[in-house]
Amino acid sequence: MSLEVRAHAGAAALMGERRSAKSIAFGTWYVAEHRLRTMRSYLTTILMGSVFNPMIYLFALGVGIGSYIDASAGGIGAGAASYLAFVGPALLSSAALTVAFEESSFPVMGGFKWTREFWAMNATPIGGRQVANGVLLAATFRVVFTVLVFFFFLALFGATPSPWAFLAMPSAILSGIAFGSVIMAIASRLEEDDGWFATIQRLVIAPMFLFSGTFFPLERLPLGLQWIGWISPLWHGTQLGRVASYGMAEPLWLTACHLVFLGAMLALGLALSWKSFERRLAK
Amino acid sequence: MENMDGVMIRARGLTKAFGELKAVDAVDFEVSKGEAFGLLGPNGAGKSTTMRMIASVSKRSGGELSILGMDPNERGPDIRGHLGVVPQQDNLDVEINVRDNLIVYGRYFGLPLKFLKAKADELIEFAQLGEKTRVKVDDLSGGMKRRLTIARALVNEPDILLLDEPTTGLDPQARHILWDRLFRLKEAGVTLVITTHYMDEAEQLCDRLVVMDKGKIMAAGTPASLIKEYSSREVVELRFGSERNAEVAKSLEGRGDRVEVLPDRILIYTDSGEEDLARIVEGGHRPLTSLVRRSSLEDVFLRLTGRSLIE
Repeated sequence: MSLEVRAHAGAAALMGERRSAKSIAFGTWYVAEHRLRTMRSYLTTILMGSVFNPMIYLFALGVGIGSYIDASAGGIGAGAASYLAFVGPALLSSAALTVAFEESSFPVMGGFKWTREFWAMNATPIGGRQVANGVLLAATFRVVFTVLVFFFFLALFGATPSPWAFLAMPSAILSGIAFGSVIMAIASRLEEDDGWFATIQRLVIAPMFLFSGTFFPLERLPLGLQWIGWISPLWHGTQLGRVASYGMAEPLWLTACHLVFLGAMLALGLALSWKSFERRLAK
Repeated sequence: MENMDGVMIRARGLTKAFGELKAVDAVDFEVSKGEAFGLLGPNGAGKSTTMRMIASVSKRSGGELSILGMDPNERGPDIRGHLGVVPQQDNLDVEINVRDNLIVYGRYFGLPLKFLKAKADELIEFAQLGEKTRVKVDDLSGGMKRRLTIARALVNEPDILLLDEPTTGLDPQARHILWDRLFRLKEAGVTLVITTHYMDEAEQLCDRLVVMDKGKIMAAGTPASLIKEYSSREVVELRFGSERNAEVAKSLEGRGDRVEVLPDRILIYTDSGEEDLARIVEGGHRPLTSLVRRSSLEDVFLRLTGRSLIE
């Protein structure tokens, strides 16, 4: 009977009137902590993906295609010492985007629709905005982990010649969460999956991967297609990474543009997510 | 706290409209400390919408609402910190185990891990889930998930526990286990607000209840007083077969206080069921089955709305 006897003593006395103040201050973290605990249930696939993904790409593109391109007259150009150095930052950003997509698509739809756990969170002092922030924060942790492992392999394959190469990591992380925030905003508006995520993968992510200056400089594309790169978080993240990892020559204003674009995308994605989370939970 | 008069919840003209539809239409009620208060009505009566407004997640369209002396429009998170919510559909995290569900949820109230670890063990015992502590929620039965949801709602030691259709979808045995747990909380003085469309649940658990239909409160009182006011002491139930019920009912007019015809049976409201039944049989009627029983909240609802609770 201890539970019943203490019904009005323990937690209430412990937290008093400050309970909600503390929840509000740390709410984002509590949600992220919860998501990380849930991620533990698929930890094996997270680890396997993080290690095998960079290895297969680096072998195929860096060692395979890379040796072929580097041997041909003129190489890739764009100031890179090797094709691997050129493609490395793009693969890094791409890995960040992929993981961010995974963590901000189905988990968001599931939180509203399948497990309905976002409603459980909202029944506590936590609000919709904090749920959205927490989901993105947890995704960021996974993105950071993925990028760290990938960068380690890049360095191992000799694809990071500049002493500033480590700055390619924050660039990739930023491009990942900027993209993730927009996916979260979309996922939180979907009532049914209806193949939306598969469509995004085919019609957004795949073309973005191919046409964002990933495998060849964006300038090599016809002008009519270059816009795909300009609006792609992958291109902006990749270019930032190239400036860092092998000192790609680029005007300062353009480097600033990459940062502003990714920052704006993150802000927009978050603002739209806040709106839809709050509206949907208050229905 | 500001609720010095012992009133935990006060609603005046509380309204929620979705476009043209008024899901809750100017309802008034009060819930006192330690009371088990019920909202009884069929699906779509506005019970869950009322509950979501009390839970301080859904904003009201009109009227006044005060919970623990606070306005949920102004201080939603503060109020929610003092509530325990058991929603109609379970929303546990099915990918993690029983204990982690309790701990993770307690964190949302800003409670420290040290407190929560002890609390989780205590709640697991209360929910009779001792053998399932490390089991993934996905692998629990419906009744166990429900008990875990109730345990989870107690993690912050709430002042008010809100239960939306707590036993819907459970088998009879699981319902009784759940009722037993809720009784214990009631005995301990926890204020309970329960929505249900089961009259037996309402009779068992609620000290006082309101009968809702189409967004309005039709009647309010204790289960006994409602039955006394809106029904007779006993009911004779007669079945003549679905084709004949309506026809036979005409010849039974005037028996007891009132005669109701449902598609599957005839109900005669009376204070002396056995005597009336004997007279009906003497009169030459031969029902396929007959039954004399006490009046219930189901009869109250039928009287108030002309419809059954479960349709």
